[in-house]
Parts: sequence; structure tokens; C-alpha cells
Amino acid sequence: MARAVTTRTKAINTAVAWTLALVIFFPILYTIITSLKTESEAIAGFDLIPSFTIESYIAVQTQNDYFKPFMNSVILAVGSTILALIVAIPAAWAMAFSPTKRTKDILMWMLSTKMMPAVAVLVPIYLIFLRTGLMDTRIGLTVMLMLINLPIVIWMLYTYFREIPGEILEAARMDGASLWNEIVYILTPMAVPGIASTMLLNIILAWNESFWTIQLTTTNAAPLTAFIASFSSPQGLFWAKLSAASTLAIAPILIMGWFSQKQLVRGLTFGAVK
Amino acid sequence: MATRQTQSLATIMRAPAIILLMIWMVVPLAMTLYFSFLNYNLLNPANTSWAGFFNYRYFYTDPAFFESIWNTLVLVLGVLLITIIGGIAIALLIDQPMFGQGIVRILVISPFFVMPPVAALVWKNMIMNPSYGVFADIAHFFGVAPVDWFAQYPLFSIIVIVAWQWLPFATLILLTSLQSLDGEQKEAAEMDGAGVVSRFIYLTLPHMARAITVVILIQTIFLLGVYAEILVTTNGGPGYASTNLVFLIYRAARLNFDIGGGAAGGIIAVVLANFVAIFLMRAVGKNLD
Repeated sequence: MARAVTTRTKAINTAVAWTLALVIFFPILYTIITSLKTESEAIAGFDLIPSFTIESYIAVQTQNDYFKPFMNSVILAVGSTILALIVAIPAAWAMAFSPTKRTKDILMWMLSTKMMPAVAVLVPIYLIFLRTGLMDTRIGLTVMLMLINLPIVIWMLYTYFREIPGEILEAARMDGASLWNEIVYILTPMAVPGIASTMLLNIILAWNESFWTIQLTTTNAAPLTAFIASFSSPQGLFWAKLSAASTLAIAPILIMGWFSQKQLVRGLTFGAVK
Repeated sequence: MATRQTQSLATIMRAPAIILLMIWMVVPLAMTLYFSFLNYNLLNPANTSWAGFFNYRYFYTDPAFFESIWNTLVLVLGVLLITIIGGIAIALLIDQPMFGQGIVRILVISPFFVMPPVAALVWKNMIMNPSYGVFADIAHFFGVAPVDWFAQYPLFSIIVIVAWQWLPFATLILLTSLQSLDGEQKEAAEMDGAGVVSRFIYLTLPHMARAITVVILIQTIFLLGVYAEILVTTNGGPGYASTNLVFLIYRAARLNFDIGGGAAGGIIAVVLANFVAIFLMRAVGKNLD
């Protein structure tokens, strides 16, 4: 910088930015605080200092069997991500290293499937799930979440794979490496960071998906999105409990999200902004 | 050089993804199209018959349909306006030298990772509740009557919640773009005597144009599908005041068991989404490579 930043400017920047950041973060902070209050404290008016009780956390488990939707969320998010990777890694690999004239078109077409509104296929998917007994099953929903995130996963992997220098692969081929060896010993180690980022982003997206998870579950396969949504009925007005359930529902993803800021930008903009 | 063998292997490797997405795209859409021409109600499936364009006519003559289209547009445009302007402002601010920049960034992007039902219920209960919410406490502090947000301004309240969720996304992308701006260019402009405002208009804004385009496109796709936030707060009401197209179709298909009507609405949603996609792509096409 040509111009030295005075301490005063820096202090003002800091004050303004921190105030704004805390206002934006406030609903999350207040949820965490409320989760540590008793139910009567929770509706007793604004108070930033709770009594630090964990009774609400115990209550969501004992009264609402919280562990079940939580595990459903884990299984759906991780399961759909692994399924998507199994399909997407070979496809992205092929398009990145053996591109044809149509590769660009195929990629654009895949992107366009993401533009189809979910609600447009609500009726057939709902009926298919009803008829085939997939309704309220984890396997059905896992496949659904895999399908809706597949275009993003392929795109993201594609942009990562393209950065792997093709010369290395060619050198390996010259040395007589088979395609299988090429993938296992050369490509995979170089691709692991990209695959890990893709995985992280997809788990976040699948964890928070709130249309199909609510439409296609009732109790057995209901993940946290559907479980929390059931708190919207008037008799569910227990704020401390709602806050405890919410805190546990967002904490793992919030922490993952903090570590994946860069990947998020790349993944959600289909590599258009890096 | 790719040999014929690797080429055919590549085809095999691409195939599962392409076939899956093809099935995923064609089969349900074809079914939706077919159902949209049927009189088909799950409460009375024996009476299913060919309906021609009845379902479309029904949608078209229903005042709720136009209200929901209008609400959809207001919701999308309202959230875009808030997140783009707010995102640019916050990105410019965070880009300044300060203490604890990393933590500020983390705090600002956090709402994006909150699942929609949690975001909506927290805002509905703890922030906007007319009796016990934080806004009501603030109103009491200033001696004003608290506002019953979801009863009086249902759509606006939902816009606020959705904008809170997407502001971090816009900020993060615009900040990433801002940080890739060449520092030397900024200095040169500064040396040439360009003020803060003209530097922003002639240097920063054009540099961010691509990122802004991307934010608009991606957010629009997601904002057209807002559902859970409405379900847990207003349930589309009062009346149809906060019903968007997604919620209207959900009502028809799931609450009224009207398969034909829901399907016709779905086809309309596809047309609308395509219209928006084409319109946006064209309007901003020159900014995308």
C-alpha cells in the first residue's frame, strides 16, 4: 500500500464492521443463548445472560427423541454425497481429461437440469414415492438428494480436475500405466483436495435441503429440517427447546461452513468466481 | 493423446451420470405434463378422466394464481435488491484494513449455513413475535406499539428472513471478486486523482460486474423455490398474501390432493423458470465469458 493506514481509520473500520457483523450474527447468537435458558426465562423479555441450564437439551432428547432425526440428517447428507461422488467422479474425470466436442454442451445441459424448479416435479415424485413404498424411507430420500445435487458435484469436480496438469497423465501413459493405475496412483492423490471440498459443500447443501426432505418424509426418515419445521405448530411454542434443537441442528454445518468458505464460492458459482 | 480405447472408456465413465440426469429430467417432467391434462384427485382416484386444458384454465382464472406470481416476483426482486446492495456495501467494508477481519468474515457468512426452517422459526419467534420478540422489546423500549409482522406485513417479513439467509452468499462472492482486484490499478487511479466515488464507479464496479451477474443468476434459481420459510411462518397467509407459486402448487397437490391442478401449476413454474433463465442469460450474457 502506498498510503499508510492510520490506526484511527483502522479503529473506525473495526468498530463499524464488528457492529454490523454482530447484528447479522445476532439471531444465531440469541438462539444459542436462549437454548441455555429455562422456558419461562425464554419469554421473559430481552436478556443476553441465560441461567446456563441444559434442561432444554435434555428435554428435546427425552420428549422428542432428537437423536433419531439427527442421525437421519447425518445418513442422508453423507449417504447422498457418497452416492453422488461415485457417479460424478468418473464423469468429471472423463470430461476433464478426455474432452470431446460435446463436453461443453453436456456440462451446460447438466447445469440446466439444476434450473428445473423442484416443485414442477412434486406431483410425479410424490406419486412415485407413494406407489413404490419409498415414502418416508431414508433410501428414497438419499437418492433424491443425490440427484438434485449431482450437477453441482460434477461441475465442481470438473473444475478441480481440469487444474491437474494433463502432462503428468501422459507421462504415466508413456510409461505404460493402465487407465486403472492412472486413476488410482496418479489422479486420486492429486484429486483428493478437490474431492474433499466437493464433499464438504455437498454435505452442507444436503443437510439444509428443505423442500424434498419435508415433502417426502413423515416420521421414520424425517431429518432435522422436517423435525424443526414441525415446531411451527402453535403447541410447539417452547422457545428454549426450539433453540436447543436448532443449535444442535446448525452447529455441525456452521463449523464445516467456516472451513469451506473458498470452496463454497467456487462450488456455488460453478467455478465462475474463484 | 487420447487413444480410441481411452475414448470409449471415457464414454462409459460419463454414461451413468448422463443417463441418471436424463432420466431425472425427462421422466418426471413428462409425467407432470401428462397429469396436467387429467382430472385426477387422490381423494377420488376412480373418477380420473381426460381434462384437456381445464387445469390450466382453472389456474388462469384463479385470482390466487396471479397473486402468487406477483408474490413470487416481489420476493425474488426484493431479496435480490437487499442482498446485492447490502452485499456490495459489506464486502467493501470487510475489505478495509481492520482488526479481527477473519472473525468478522465468519460472523457475516454464518447465516448461510442455517437450515431454512431454523432461520424462519428463530426469526418468527424470537425476533419478530409481537409479544416476546426482540423487535417488540425494542418497540417497548422506545414506547411504540410493537408490530405484528407476520399478520400485517407477511410477505415483507419473509423477504427479510430470506434476505438474511442470502446476504452472506452475496457478500462472500462479491468479497472474493473484490479481493482479486489488482492493487496496482487502484493505486494508479488514486495517483491520477480519482476520488473514492469515481474509483468505485469506474474501477471497482466494472470489476465486480461478473460476480454480481453470477450472484443474481444463482440466487434467482434458489429464490424461485422458496418454500420452507413460508411453510413454518405464515403458511401462505393471511389469505394468499404470502403464497408464492411453489406454495400454491404445494397447496393444490398436497393439501387439496389435486394431482391435475398441481401438475398444471408445475408446468407453469417450469415455463416461468425458463423465461427467467433465458431473460437473465440474455440480459447479462455478455458478462459470462
